[in-house]
Amino acid sequence: MSIEVRNVSKRFGSFQALDDVSLDVDSGSLTALLGPSGSGKSTLLRIIAGLEQPDHGEIRLAGEDATVLAPQQRGVGFVFQHYAAFKHMTVRDNVAFGLKIRKQPKATIAARVDELLQLVQLQGFGHRYPAQLSGGQRQRMALARALAPEPKVLLLDEPFGALDARVRAELRLWLRNLHDETHTTTVFVTHDQGEAMEVADSVVVMNEGRVEQIAGPRELYDAPANDFVMTFVGEAVRFDGELVRPHDLEITLDAGPGAREAQIDRVVQLGFETRCELTLDDGNRVAVQLTRGAAAELELEPGQIVLVRRPGVGIGGELSNVVG
Amino acid sequence: MRRYGLRGIAVFYLVAVLLGPLAMVFYRAFDRGLQPLWSSLTDPNTIHAFTLTLEITAIAVPVNTAFGIVCALAIVRRRFPGAGIVNAVVDLPLALSPVVVGLMLFLLYGRTGWFGSFFQRHGIQILFATPSLVLATIFVSLPFVAREVVPTLRELGDEQEQAAHTLGASGRQTFWRVTLPSIRWAVVYGVVLTTARCLGEYGAVAVVSGHIEGKTETATLRVQDYYENFNQAGAYGIAIVLAAISVIVLLAMTTLRPKEAP
Repeated sequence: MSIEVRNVSKRFGSFQALDDVSLDVDSGSLTALLGPSGSGKSTLLRIIAGLEQPDHGEIRLAGEDATVLAPQQRGVGFVFQHYAAFKHMTVRDNVAFGLKIRKQPKATIAARVDELLQLVQLQGFGHRYPAQLSGGQRQRMALARALAPEPKVLLLDEPFGALDARVRAELRLWLRNLHDETHTTTVFVTHDQGEAMEVADSVVVMNEGRVEQIAGPRELYDAPANDFVMTFVGEAVRFDGELVRPHDLEITLDAGPGAREAQIDRVVQLGFETRCELTLDDGNRVAVQLTRGAAAELELEPGQIVLVRRPGVGIGGELSNVVG
Repeated sequence: MRRYGLRGIAVFYLVAVLLGPLAMVFYRAFDRGLQPLWSSLTDPNTIHAFTLTLEITAIAVPVNTAFGIVCALAIVRRRFPGAGIVNAVVDLPLALSPVVVGLMLFLLYGRTGWFGSFFQRHGIQILFATPSLVLATIFVSLPFVAREVVPTLRELGDEQEQAAHTLGASGRQTFWRVTLPSIRWAVVYGVVLTTARCLGEYGAVAVVSGHIEGKTETATLRVQDYYENFNQAGAYGIAIVLAAISVIVLLAMTTLRPKEAP
């Protein structure tokens, strides 16, 4: 089911949560709403679900105006950051909730619940209460519960935000696989650009209630629409008055055109890569990312004076507009 | 040492203020043997007084439970202008002396009162009859359920209810299947406190009852009646029955309540 958001605005008191937001989500796609806190991404998701009403604008689901529809009538599944588990019900009863509400036959419900518990790898946990599950298990239960009534759209509000890094990585992959199997139109909210880039087909970058850019992960990184997207999606540093990625800079010991003197503050090993933090001669701080091999060759040490340049720019200068 | 000191003070205080007098009531009730106690308790007017108290409680508790839950939901879940005022007004019966409550009812339902003349014309007796006793008791026992449920609802948050909505549950289904089960222990606790308050209500009831033996005399008024007529065994006898009911209710609740409420 496709989702169309048309000129949606929402204000909470004096806070403009959404300011004339429009976007299209294709049927069957996996979209991330990415932005810092307060950017309006959760509000937008809640408006799509019908949990909030927009002050202005329109929500269309599968081409039909759904702006005034109650959440019950929208056919969406919603997953909350803090699980919103029904604490007084067992895992089975949680998952079965939407089916019981729809008064489906008992045998159908039991079969569907078994199938979903299998899908989220919670077979054998059916008779536990949410309090007896770990965070990751609770969130998988919440996913199964949201999927049970076969929603046409799955909406997830920072679904992995409350989990530790390892479980988060597991669940991301799992969500991606689930989507590849079911092709349910899925929108998830995150403030973690890595998560958005890794999981989504399409990323909507939001800031201060507005959409900054909508693009695929690769395009977003390679061709950010503006400085905000550049700095929010991946790291960016300012070099010669321009925003560049740390791996677009190189450290050299030979003086050459465009090279600037800098003192090394810190050298950090990040697995395969080495990150070097420096202070330039004009007082600006930059970071340079280089391979471990290259770093070893240069024998980088804190306190050392080196040269930093942007390859390709100093010589021709014609590449200086590659960004922005 | 300090630990024991604090414990000692707590125990001493409880014994001196609470348990001592209670023990005294039991002791005095059996002071002159079982015979006078038994005859006072089986007196038809005493039995009527107990029945009347139980009837009033049976009406006031369900009414205040329903009202308390609705009121708590309104205060916590609905953002409406004046929610703060409603929240404060619910506490009013706790702050007002029951005697004042009785007088208010007197003024409202008396022969010249706002509502009194209306009921008078239709031949319905409110004052000095069961309706005024019920009204007075409902008024004084009104806050307990709401007071217990409001913080529980706040702590619960509305995410579970929103989850139920997105799963297709109507407002009514959400209330019965999600909200009520989540606040059930707060409701139970509120009901227990309301019941205890209804059984023990004296001040407001004393003003509107008219003390008609066998008609409008509740158990607590009966205690006063016996006491003033130097029937100590009778007064203490009713007192221990009232105290025993309260203890049983409290014990029942403590045993029913799970160690960790899920």
